[in-house]
Amino acid sequence: MMDGLAALRLLSSRRTNEIVFTTMSTISDWSQVSTRPELDIAIIRPMGKNSSMGLGLALARPDEGVWAIDGDGSLLMNLGSLVTIGALQPKNLVLVLYRNGTYDTTGGQPVPGLGNVDFAAIGRGAGWPSAVDFHDVAAMESGLDEALHVDYPLLLTLHVAPAGRRSFPELTSTPKYIRRVQDYLSKRPVAEQPYRPGRD
Amino acid sequence: MAEVASSLRAEGVVDELKKCGVTHVVWLPDTESKYMYDAIQAEPGITLVPICREGEGPAICLGLLMGGKSPVLLIQNTGFFESGDAIRGICLDMDLPLLMMIGYRGYEPSGKPMIDSAGAFTEPMLKTWGIPYHLVDDDSHTPRIGQAFAEAREKSHPVAVLIGREYQ
Repeated sequence: MMDGLAALRLLSSRRTNEIVFTTMSTISDWSQVSTRPELDIAIIRPMGKNSSMGLGLALARPDEGVWAIDGDGSLLMNLGSLVTIGALQPKNLVLVLYRNGTYDTTGGQPVPGLGNVDFAAIGRGAGWPSAVDFHDVAAMESGLDEALHVDYPLLLTLHVAPAGRRSFPELTSTPKYIRRVQDYLSKRPVAEQPYRPGRD
Repeated sequence: MAEVASSLRAEGVVDELKKCGVTHVVWLPDTESKYMYDAIQAEPGITLVPICREGEGPAICLGLLMGGKSPVLLIQNTGFFESGDAIRGICLDMDLPLLMMIGYRGYEPSGKPMIDSAGAFTEPMLKTWGIPYHLVDDDSHTPRIGQAFAEAREKSHPVAVLIGREYQ
């Protein structure tokens, strides 16, 4: 298992203009490594909807990259979204599964199916063309670029260690994050070319 | 004078959605919406986004709105109950200007007490959550859809239209 911050720092280093949704514990972790906080949206509640929010934005703006970071506890609450996304095939969406096997926010209880669930297999079985797992930082360092340049949607699973309870922003913050990104997108004309990783 | 049978044509509803500039219909079919599905599929200007469970719907609509699109959510009242936390946490807490078209299963146009609890709890639930709603169960009511759409935009708040009749 990787240190979560190390894994997210690596991921962040490959970001250009991608819009990033975070939720629950990943809000705190991503905020420590993000170099584009103005393009981050912290979804404080409801839990489990990041994959769906990311899908909606990806459909609306196929020219922009969307990374939705979800914990395994969150994704398990909305597992059907893997089928919905697999059917719609957005070519600009990465679902980053921050898999630590626990509900960090509520005290570290194990999620159902701990260790037995193969999310990548579920994704592939639901029509996702690409699903990549990273278990250690060295492998992620060497394989991440290739992983990000595959046929999307991409289910990118980061196997990370539990890290205990982290703090959240204020509940009222989410609409502000949303408006900020909405304003940003409204000022960026829709490009004729579809999204491509690494493009400004 | 012969009584004119009332109806609710799916094409009329879709025409109203087009007038509103709706770009996406995020939906899960219910028992009464086969003709609606066919009508939306036949409309090239509106993209259908099928979902597995209704709770995905508000989140997808949020993303679409962020990206400058104009979605509506089309579900049954049973799905409205299922998606309760998503409606609360997304539509209400985030001030989402979203039109929700909700199939009114169990509705009794005669005014008789509703036997189906899905129908009986629909309006009380909307009232409890402070979501304005309007009934559409006849072709003559379809302008209410446009009014509800505009109301959601003006108030930056979810507004419901209850579809009280099977589409034809």
